[in-house]
Amino acid sequence: MNHVRKFIALILFSSLLLVSTAALADELVVYSARNEHLIKPLFDAYTKETGTTISFITDKEGPLLQRLKAEGENTRADLLLTVDAGNLWHAADEGVLQKVDSAVLTKNIPANLRDPQNQWFGLSLRARTIVYSTERVKPSELSSYEALGDAAWKDRLLLRTSKKVYNQSLVAMLIAEHGEERTEQIVRSWVNNLAAPPTSNDTALMEAILAGQGDVGIVNTYYFGRLLKKNPELKLALFWPNQDSTGVHVNVSGAGVTRYAKNPQAAIKFIEWLSSEKAQNMFADANMEYPVNPAVEAHEYVKAWGTFKASQQNLADAGALQTDAIKLMDRADYR
Amino acid sequence: MGTLTTSAGNRAEASWRGFSRFFRQPSGWQWLTLAVALLVLAPLSILLLAWQDPAWDIWQHLLQTMLGRLLLNTLTLVLGVTAGTLLLGVSLAWLTGACDFPGRRYFSWLLLLPLAMPTYVLAFVFLGLFDFSGPVQTQLRDWFGRGAWAPDMRSAGGVVLVMSLALYPYVYLLARNAFQTQGKRALEAAQSLGSHPLGGFFRVALPMARPWIAGGATLVVMEALADFGAVSIFNFDTFTTAIYKAWFGFFSLAAAAQLSSLLVVLVFLLILLEQKLRKRMRFTQGRLAPQAERIKLQGNKKWLASGYCLTILLIAFLLPALQLLSWSLESFHLEFDSRYLTLLGHSLTLGICSAVLIATVALLLAYAGRRHQDRLTHGLIRTATLGYALPGTVLAVGIFIPLAKLDNLMINQARHLFGWEIPQLLQGTILIMLIAYLIRFMAAGFKAIDSAMYRVTTNIDEASRLMGLRGIKLLAKVHLPMLRGGIFTALTLVFVDVMKEMPITLMTRPFGWDTLATKIFELTSEGEWERAALPALTLLLAGLIPIVVLMRGTEKD
Amino acid sequence: MSDNNQTILELKKISQAYGKQLVVKDLSLTLKHGEIGCLLGASGCGKTTVLRTIAGFEPLLDGEILIAGNCVSRAGFSLPPAKRQIGMVFQDYALFPHLSIFDNVAFGLRELPKAEQLRRGNEVLQLVGLHSEHNKYPHEISGGQQQRVALARALAPKPQLLLMDEPFSNLDVTLRERLSMEVRDILKEYGTTALFVTHNQNEAFAVADRIGVMHSGEILQWDKAHNLYHQPVSPKIAEFVGEGALITGVVRANQQVDTGLGLLSGVVNSSLPTNTAVQLLVRPEDIIHDDDSPVKAQVIRRSFRGANILYHLLLEGGDQVQALVPSHCDHQPGEKIGIQPDVRHLVLFPLGC
Repeated sequence: MNHVRKFIALILFSSLLLVSTAALADELVVYSARNEHLIKPLFDAYTKETGTTISFITDKEGPLLQRLKAEGENTRADLLLTVDAGNLWHAADEGVLQKVDSAVLTKNIPANLRDPQNQWFGLSLRARTIVYSTERVKPSELSSYEALGDAAWKDRLLLRTSKKVYNQSLVAMLIAEHGEERTEQIVRSWVNNLAAPPTSNDTALMEAILAGQGDVGIVNTYYFGRLLKKNPELKLALFWPNQDSTGVHVNVSGAGVTRYAKNPQAAIKFIEWLSSEKAQNMFADANMEYPVNPAVEAHEYVKAWGTFKASQQNLADAGALQTDAIKLMDRADYR
Repeated sequence: MGTLTTSAGNRAEASWRGFSRFFRQPSGWQWLTLAVALLVLAPLSILLLAWQDPAWDIWQHLLQTMLGRLLLNTLTLVLGVTAGTLLLGVSLAWLTGACDFPGRRYFSWLLLLPLAMPTYVLAFVFLGLFDFSGPVQTQLRDWFGRGAWAPDMRSAGGVVLVMSLALYPYVYLLARNAFQTQGKRALEAAQSLGSHPLGGFFRVALPMARPWIAGGATLVVMEALADFGAVSIFNFDTFTTAIYKAWFGFFSLAAAAQLSSLLVVLVFLLILLEQKLRKRMRFTQGRLAPQAERIKLQGNKKWLASGYCLTILLIAFLLPALQLLSWSLESFHLEFDSRYLTLLGHSLTLGICSAVLIATVALLLAYAGRRHQDRLTHGLIRTATLGYALPGTVLAVGIFIPLAKLDNLMINQARHLFGWEIPQLLQGTILIMLIAYLIRFMAAGFKAIDSAMYRVTTNIDEASRLMGLRGIKLLAKVHLPMLRGGIFTALTLVFVDVMKEMPITLMTRPFGWDTLATKIFELTSEGEWERAALPALTLLLAGLIPIVVLMRGTEKD
Repeated sequence: MSDNNQTILELKKISQAYGKQLVVKDLSLTLKHGEIGCLLGASGCGKTTVLRTIAGFEPLLDGEILIAGNCVSRAGFSLPPAKRQIGMVFQDYALFPHLSIFDNVAFGLRELPKAEQLRRGNEVLQLVGLHSEHNKYPHEISGGQQQRVALARALAPKPQLLLMDEPFSNLDVTLRERLSMEVRDILKEYGTTALFVTHNQNEAFAVADRIGVMHSGEILQWDKAHNLYHQPVSPKIAEFVGEGALITGVVRANQQVDTGLGLLSGVVNSSLPTNTAVQLLVRPEDIIHDDDSPVKAQVIRRSFRGANILYHLLLEGGDQVQALVPSHCDHQPGEKIGIQPDVRHLVLFPLGC
């Protein structure tokens, strides 16, 4: 009987092998929530330099995470690449990543931009900061995120939807700093100051400021960069808030080695390469972000927006407090 | 009354006999429906299994903060979009299917073009044009000052408008098919009984087109319920918002699945309700009446009709297409490379293969339903079409989880039995993608073919059988020609739907096997809408191919 | 309401064409209140077109149609069908498949109050004997029942004029006879003015008061059934209506005609001069089988009809006649039998007319 079973299984497997396009080569497999046009050039450069081929697949964070969980120990993925510390924290929390001991990484990446357990590492830095209309707002009127709830900004503030993880991380960091009660007051005061319902993306927010629907808002730096590149005469500017206190809220895109990676060493080497000087510029510049490696200078273009003091809070807190942040924003009717 | 009770009793009894026969001696047809239904049930049951571990804390939070508003929004959206698509779809279908006016021939297929426009693309373009910061309102403020009033696009009305414009072709396509094949006799009878032609339309032509219109409307309801792309661009919170919030915000796939399963139940009830309301009605007259002559619209009316069609075409298709074109030209140098040919090739391959597969299975299911009138068979068929009602991403996971389990089982067995290390065999194969699309889009293919099946009466079968036509020959010589319109419709709907589809494609595609839709996803997920215009436009153009073919295939005059 | 002598339908020299093909030519007829008219003709003679033109479904090329004295159609004008107060029974009944029997019947009553709709609908259903089926759908009842529903539906709004297009053609023979009688009774009971078209003479004879025989878009004769049969105005009608044969003859003096059957007397239309070559209509019942008769004829074909046998007989002069003979007189083709003409009135047509 056992032979028959074996035989049937053999036939089944071999016929499936014929239709399967799965590759068996020794290669690095990446699941990425960061967009193809931002990562493909880096993969190509790495392949050129080291000869390691990289296969990858892109999707949203949620589905990628479920995919990793469902595949379990048979996953082909060696590396998970995603944006936002909240997502990285959840991946670690769900147990799909593994601890990595790498002197290179601990040296290249500041402690607050990587997981305390070293399961994930930030690779590029973006600030979520205040943008304002240069026509209707003087920078001296601005001071902090919290102050955007002041009466002076009544019907002048614009926000992106609370459903975007960037805002969830921002509020999570506020909770880490002020506690829930105070943070809820701040968020409520923002909602109270809104000039229009929250927009679905940062670009739409800035365009609304340009059109005069509101005067200030909170955006990621690279969206501002993109708009500025299209229109150098842009009547908008960035303001770095909380310089006297905690610093500007920053976030990262980053990577972690999967728990069941077939090729963990190659994966670690690749992350190390990404944190190196050479790759840092490519990685960050592709999306007008800041390098995480302190030894690397940001692109001229990005530097022109000014220098700022960044928050030193560990980004893992953003992940841990994300659920609380969402619930808080829901309670405050921030849509 | 006595006779009525008996006949109801007989029906129940017949149904029960069919029910028990199903278990004792299922026919090939019934095996087939069972197989397809099980295929669809697999991901659905994964979702239902989530109830094992109810995420009460998330439910409680949602209930306290937003569920009431979300349900109201969802209701508004579904009712609004259904009303909007019925209004647009049926009126346009009647004008182009039963009337004559200048440009009618062209409009009849041009009006289908919005089918190829993904809802999220239309939503983005509309918001870009008509939002506060868009060119239209800016121009208005330039003319009339800052106080100039303009309707707020980011409102329930705006979402309903955009989704109605994007989804009306579903109703239009099916209703036009009905009006074209309806024949003129019934309308003449209505006129001889004192009905004005328009009254005859409402009292006779419209009710007789009901299975078609209901089929289209069901697709629209399912699309509206499951939509996430368009509503999130408008930041209009609906039930799907809660689903995505549960998953991507609270990282509870269980809660997301629990919420999604409610959608499935709702749609199932809706379908049952429609069937109940139809009772014992039939929708065709005994014989094939001569094709109705078109009502020739006179004077102002004919120009009004042309103007109406042109307006809809303009705002639902031409305007957004032009906007896409202008963005494409801007980003052409950034975006375009030789890979576009590959992307297009992949999209077309998937579209064509799944259209053929789904239309074939839909045809078989429609036959199974015709052969077996028992409730179980029909219940199974309805189950087989439920995949359309789920948010794509949730269904994608529901499909992926059992798939990965099966793969893991095989890998472990191979290791255990032969000591082999084999890779995943199922994941990342085109075959699995096709099966996943089948689960998702069965409804689109089935509704189109099933409503056409109403034209094939049992008399036609019997007459054919007397002439010695059976089986395949009967199908080829009699049924296929009669079902041609429905089959073409099914092929087009599925082809276009598959090409537009994102979440399942993202989740099940082989490594490196990108399509136009995944390219759009890449660019839009980081807000690069204008760069996404080129793949969107390419998708649009590819979607036009079957629509033009469809028109050639069904437009007889 | 309307006085019994009122003209309900009047067609004045109407013409109708499909493209360049003239399908109705200068056709005229009138129907008085309560009369049942019939257009009888082979398929393709234009009879259905006339009906559809009266209903308002086809435009008129020339002429005029009046209903109850009001012009409803003339060249360039057509009152919409809905405003003509006509009822129509279609050949395929055209029942609304999505409506129950009662709702079908009440379709034309929607302007009445609900209670009145119910009363009137039930009344006509009762009239056609289908009251118990009111809840069923059209596909759930038999063909004969469907026909009656179609009639009830058309009658319910009390139309001024009822049009019926081959109303019985979808029914089997026995049902057809029974229903045609029933329909006549119903129409008479209601005093409904009706016009129907058929290709079946028996139907026409059974139901209609006046029949118009149509050929190539023209009415050849508009008359009572008796007159059509016994006094046809042309050889075509003589051949089309009823059975019988035309034999040749020559007019003699004293209203006599010399034929293959001998010298016959009793000419009706006597204006023909003597020695005119004519055709004479001989009906089967005009020939009596009589073995003693000097006139002999050869049986060439026979068709058994139960009580009678219809013989086709060849006369000496080469003409053929038919004879209806009691079926106990059994003769085979080829036999010669004796016959006796018993022609009461001679219908003559000058030869070559």
